[in-house]
Amino acid sequence: MTATNAWTPRIVGPASEPPDDPFAGEPADGIETVQLLDPDARPRRHHTYSPQLTVDEVREAYRTMFLSRRLDTEGTNLQRQGQLALWAPAKGQEAAQIGAISALRATDMVYPSYRELSMVMHRGLDPIGVFQIMRGITHATWDVEAHRMGVFAFVVGAQTLQAVGYGMGITLDGSDEVVLACLGDGATSEGHVNEALNFAAVYRAPVIFLVQNNQYAISVPTAQQFRGAPAARAAGFGMPGVRVDGNDLFAVHAVVAEAAARARAGEGPTLVEAMTYRIGAHTTADDPTRYRTRAEEDLWVGRDPLVRTERWLREQGTTDDWFTGLAAEADEVATDLRARVLALEPQGITDLYDFVLAEPSAALAEEREQVAAYIAGLEGR
Amino acid sequence: MVQLTMAKAITAGLTRAMDGNEHVVTIGQDIGRLGGVFRITDGLQERFGARRVMDSPLAEAGIVGTALGMAQRGYVPVCEIQFDGFVFPAFDQIVNQVSRLRFRTQGRITAPIVIRLPYGGNVGSIEHHGESPEAYFTPTPGLRIVTPSTPVDAYELIQQAVASPDPVIVLEPKRLYHSLKGEVDLDAPASGELDRARVVRLGTEITLMGYGPMMSTLLSAAKVLADEGHSAEVVDLRSIAPIDWVTVEASARKTGRVVVAHEAPRTSGVGAELAARIQERCFFALEAPVLRVTGLDMPYPPSRVETDYVPSVDRVLQAVDRALAY
Ligand SMILES: Cc1ncc(C[n+]2csc(CCOP(=O)(O)OP(=O)(O)O)c2C)c(N)n1
Repeated sequence: MTATNAWTPRIVGPASEPPDDPFAGEPADGIETVQLLDPDARPRRHHTYSPQLTVDEVREAYRTMFLSRRLDTEGTNLQRQGQLALWAPAKGQEAAQIGAISALRATDMVYPSYRELSMVMHRGLDPIGVFQIMRGITHATWDVEAHRMGVFAFVVGAQTLQAVGYGMGITLDGSDEVVLACLGDGATSEGHVNEALNFAAVYRAPVIFLVQNNQYAISVPTAQQFRGAPAARAAGFGMPGVRVDGNDLFAVHAVVAEAAARARAGEGPTLVEAMTYRIGAHTTADDPTRYRTRAEEDLWVGRDPLVRTERWLREQGTTDDWFTGLAAEADEVATDLRARVLALEPQGITDLYDFVLAEPSAALAEEREQVAAYIAGLEGR
Repeated sequence: MVQLTMAKAITAGLTRAMDGNEHVVTIGQDIGRLGGVFRITDGLQERFGARRVMDSPLAEAGIVGTALGMAQRGYVPVCEIQFDGFVFPAFDQIVNQVSRLRFRTQGRITAPIVIRLPYGGNVGSIEHHGESPEAYFTPTPGLRIVTPSTPVDAYELIQQAVASPDPVIVLEPKRLYHSLKGEVDLDAPASGELDRARVVRLGTEITLMGYGPMMSTLLSAAKVLADEGHSAEVVDLRSIAPIDWVTVEASARKTGRVVVAHEAPRTSGVGAELAARIQERCFFALEAPVLRVTGLDMPYPPSRVETDYVPSVDRVLQAVDRALAY
């Protein structure tokens, strides 16, 4: 399947085209995919980008990727067991996420979508925050300012405008922070995302748009989502668009580091299209067998970012012991988290009135009392 | 007669509408291969092809706006918005464009499109998946808004919505999609009127009024009341814009007491309109103020406490007790 820019009216288009394999042949839009470590963990030379990470840094990155994958599996299991409302697996996207966030300073703000468990962990947040949301305990929890990690955004793409506005604030402050805005391939179709890209370019906002192109929105493959890929569209908005192997930690890191340096220097936004794959379902409510083939999944499993990074680390002398120790740590972290998730209890609904307005209106205060009395009455029976 | 779930009844109604008019097309996110996240369009793409069953890009304004354009070209698009909480990117298209086209052009151009919108809570999901956004739309002149409460009603309403010369939002109670089954006569003509309320249980002392996902709650409450020796009439509005005032007022006059229920927040909800109109028109027949049992005046809460938010049988009964005490 080769990509085509020829416009085919969707109304007469085929029922479903699989996504183009970004690593097969020349891309039709002429934008290369930056790769510094191939799926077999062989280094690749690139004319512009080179690996920036030390072995220690890679080990730390790998550790977060590994732990987050373990918790990601735990999330799916907990949902299956009826303990979570939903889970959105991130398996396969860890290098895109950790490569990007590790290229930032701890003071740079991140606007996630809803799949960035590993980024949450990278910032030192207790991953229970994500599980609280998915268990229906709270909508958004953690201390955003302290960790510079925004809350999850479930209205696809809405966070991108806010990321740009935050970046505009940075510019007004004359600060050299940057903002990472996370979104998916599907999100790039939303009107508000296109407004975000335009505003960012117009105001030269210090924003890096990280489009994790995991090949599908829910069931809709990129071939039916857009005819001009995100990296190609960036130029039309007046910003650089870089396509990168999203399963290559080194490449994502290098590309985002460069974009961040440009943003810090006042040169404005960059769109980074990280080519990756969601190995799991869209969410636990999804059935991918309806829209993609096993062969395609296998192809991408063969490009697993964890496997690739592990092989590189082993070649650099990381010992079996270290990996065994990490696996044991992951089991501990998962067991501990599981127990804490099962113990999570929601706030009472009346407590939530505290957060509707700064000061509750008289009507709200009255409703709160009525609800409290009603609930007390139920409990009294 | 066949036994169908609400979901399958909508599928059947939509299929029949598409069979009957080749200009009926449907567009939405994941509605093709996947059959929609609720599988309402399951099998439709195989049957009607990708020309008529279109997977759209992830953009609600795109779905509704292009549907409006297709309508101007003679098509009858049925849009699927994936969830209640995701309709808002299409807000301008719906309230400024779709709803007004007939008025602006003095009837020269119309917008006979259908917007299907799964709605309602108590579904145990995450944020934006349990909302009841109807009150953002009901004050908009030019829109018809209907909501079924049974499979047979769903089967009829979707066909009537497609046939309507006006734009129709079909609010589909998603909690009932797969849980509520009922008899449907697939050959019955869908000839009823789109904006007729229905008295679904006759009674004398009090009227319980609601729509969509609230109806099963109201019917359960009526049964409890019957056991306690009280006779409650139950009215299913079916259409919340416009409202069938003839049926509403007749029942209010008959029983003299009205409790209105919906999942949407209380303030400025459909219940406010019902209460206002009923007291304006039926004042001397009323024995008690019209009471509302609704969602709370807060954003929809996390799912672990949503049962405290969505009106329950008990909360309806509490209001009934108050009304009967006057
Ligand atoms: C505005 C809006 N429309 C629809 C949805 C339902 N929905 C949730 S995720 C999703 C697909 C998102 O795809 P993409 O942007 O590629 O991100 P990914 O889930 O693949 O990470 C859809 C359609 C939503 N959450 N928000």
